[in-house]
Amino acid sequence: MDLYLPIAEMSVNAVVIILLGGGVGFLSGMFGVGGGFLTTPLLIFYGIPPAVAVASSATQITGSSVSGALAYWQRGQIDLKMGGVLVAGGVIGAGLGQIIFRQLQKIGQIDVSINIIYVLFLGVIGGLMLKEALSELRASKAGAAPAARGRRHMPWIAALPGKMRFYKSGLYISPLAPLGLGVIVGILTVIMGIGGGFVMVPAMIYVLGMSASAVVGTSLFQIIFVTAAATLLHATSSKSVDIVLALLLLAGGVAGAQFGVAAAQKLRPEKLRLALALMVLLVAVRLLFGLTVQPAELYTLYGPA
Amino acid sequence: MRRLAALPALWLALCGAAPTVLITDLSQSRIDINTTFKGADLLVFGAIQYPAGTVPDAAPDIAIVVRGPAEPVTVRRKERVAGIWINTEAVRFESVPGFYAVATTRPIDAIADDRITAIYEIGTGNLQLSPASSASEDKTRSFERGLIASKARSGLFAEEPGAVTLTRNVLYRARIAIPSAVPVGEYAAEIHLIDKGRVVASSSTPIIIGKSGFERWIYVMAQEQSLLYGLAAVAAALVAGWIASVVTRRL
Repeated sequence: MDLYLPIAEMSVNAVVIILLGGGVGFLSGMFGVGGGFLTTPLLIFYGIPPAVAVASSATQITGSSVSGALAYWQRGQIDLKMGGVLVAGGVIGAGLGQIIFRQLQKIGQIDVSINIIYVLFLGVIGGLMLKEALSELRASKAGAAPAARGRRHMPWIAALPGKMRFYKSGLYISPLAPLGLGVIVGILTVIMGIGGGFVMVPAMIYVLGMSASAVVGTSLFQIIFVTAAATLLHATSSKSVDIVLALLLLAGGVAGAQFGVAAAQKLRPEKLRLALALMVLLVAVRLLFGLTVQPAELYTLYGPA
Repeated sequence: MRRLAALPALWLALCGAAPTVLITDLSQSRIDINTTFKGADLLVFGAIQYPAGTVPDAAPDIAIVVRGPAEPVTVRRKERVAGIWINTEAVRFESVPGFYAVATTRPIDAIADDRITAIYEIGTGNLQLSPASSASEDKTRSFERGLIASKARSGLFAEEPGAVTLTRNVLYRARIAIPSAVPVGEYAAEIHLIDKGRVVASSSTPIIIGKSGFERWIYVMAQEQSLLYGLAAVAAALVAGWIASVVTRRL
C-alpha cells in the first residue's frame, strides 16, 4: 500500500514502514529500550531524508514511551524530582543540540557526524553491556550470587556542590550531576533522533548510582519530555517532522512491543542482555563499515536549506 | 544594390508564408499530489501545422523538455580522510531544475549540433546550472557530472532518446515519467521542432504540480504554523501512545 508522506515528499510503502516500526517495537518491548537508535538508521537506509528521519523518529518515541511511563507511574516508580532535573537538562541540551545540528548541516558534515556519533556510542555501550552480560552469564553458570556493587556512584559526583535529596532514587547528590547528564542526552536526542534510554539507563545506574526500581520509569518520563521538546525544535526550525511517518511507525511499534514483552517472559534475563549487547554492537559495526567502505556515489546533493 | 534587391524577397518569405506552428496539449495541466500519489505519467501530445498544409516527406525531429522550478544546490564530494569517507570539497550551482526530462525522436547528438542543443538546453549535459565558485573548469565539470548522475538516479533527470513518436510527420506524442519524489511548483513543457539541425518552431505549455487535500493541509500547516504543527504532532503522539496502552491492557 503506497502512501505519500507530506513532509518527506516521497511515496513509501506503508506496510514496510509499519513492519519496520513493529520490528523495532518488538526489540524494544523485549529489551526495554526505546529503539530510536535502530529506527533512524533504518529510515535513512529506506531513503527517507536524514533530517526527516531524525525529527519524525523523535516524535514516534514520544508516543511509544507514554504507555511504558504510565505503567511505571501507576506503580510509583518514577522519581519526579529527579525526572524534573533531567528534563530541565534535557531541554537545555535539546537547544544546544539544535545549534550544533544547524552548524553541521551548514558545513555539510551532518550525515557523517551522525554516523560517527552512533558508532562511538553504540560501540562503547554495546561493549560495556557485552562485558557485563558475559560475566553475569559466567557467574550464574558457576552458581555464585552476583557480586555486590561497591561504591554507589563515582567519587567526582559526590564532590559536586549543593546536594539535594532524591527520595525515590535513594540519592543525596548535587542536582548538577543529573542536570549534566540531561544536557548530554538532550543533545543526542536532537542530533541522533533517539530517546537516549540506552545512554540514560546505564548512566543512571553506574554514574549516578540510582536505585534500580526508579531507573527505567524516570528515564521514560524524561524521554517523553525531551523528545517532545526535540519535536517542537525540529518542527519550528527545520520543519522536518513528518506526522504521518511518525504515526505509521507508532502503529507498528506499539503492536510489536506487545509481542516483544511476551517473548521476553520466555527468555532468561542474562541471555536477553547478551542478545541486546550483540545487537547494539552489530549496528555499530555495520555503521562503521559504511563509513570506511568507498561509497557507490561520491557526490551528494544538498538543497538550499 | 544586390542586397537591396534581395529585401523584397525576404519580406515575402517572412509574411507570405505562415510559419510552422506547434500545437500542444497535455494529458493533465495540473498534477495533484495526494495521499496515494506514487508518481505520474504525463502525456505530451500535439500536431505540427505546416505552412500551407504541405507535409514534408522527410521526418523532422521533435524534442520535448519538461522542467520544474530551479533552485540552488550544493554538491559535495566525499574523500577518504583517516580511513573514513567524509564530504570535503563543495561546489554550489545556482539554478538547478528540480526536475528535467527530455524526450526526443532520435539521439540528441543526431538531431542538432552542440551549439543548438546548448542554446535550447536539450539534454541533461546541456543545462546551464550556473556554478558559483572559483573552482577550475575541470573540477566544476566533474561536480556537474556528479550532480547529473545523482539526479538521474533518483529519476529527477531523464533523457529518453526515441521516446517521441511521430505519426505521419504531423502528430507527435511522448510519455514523461514523473517520480513520486518530484518537487512541487510551476513546470513547463517545451516542445522544439527541429529540421535539418535548426529549430524551426517552439511552444511552451505550463503545468502545475502541487499537493492537494490532506497532504497540502499538513504541508501548509508545517510551513506556516510550525509551532502549532509541532504541538499537534506531540499531542497526536501522546494520544496514540495512551490509546495503545489502554487497548493493550484490555486485551
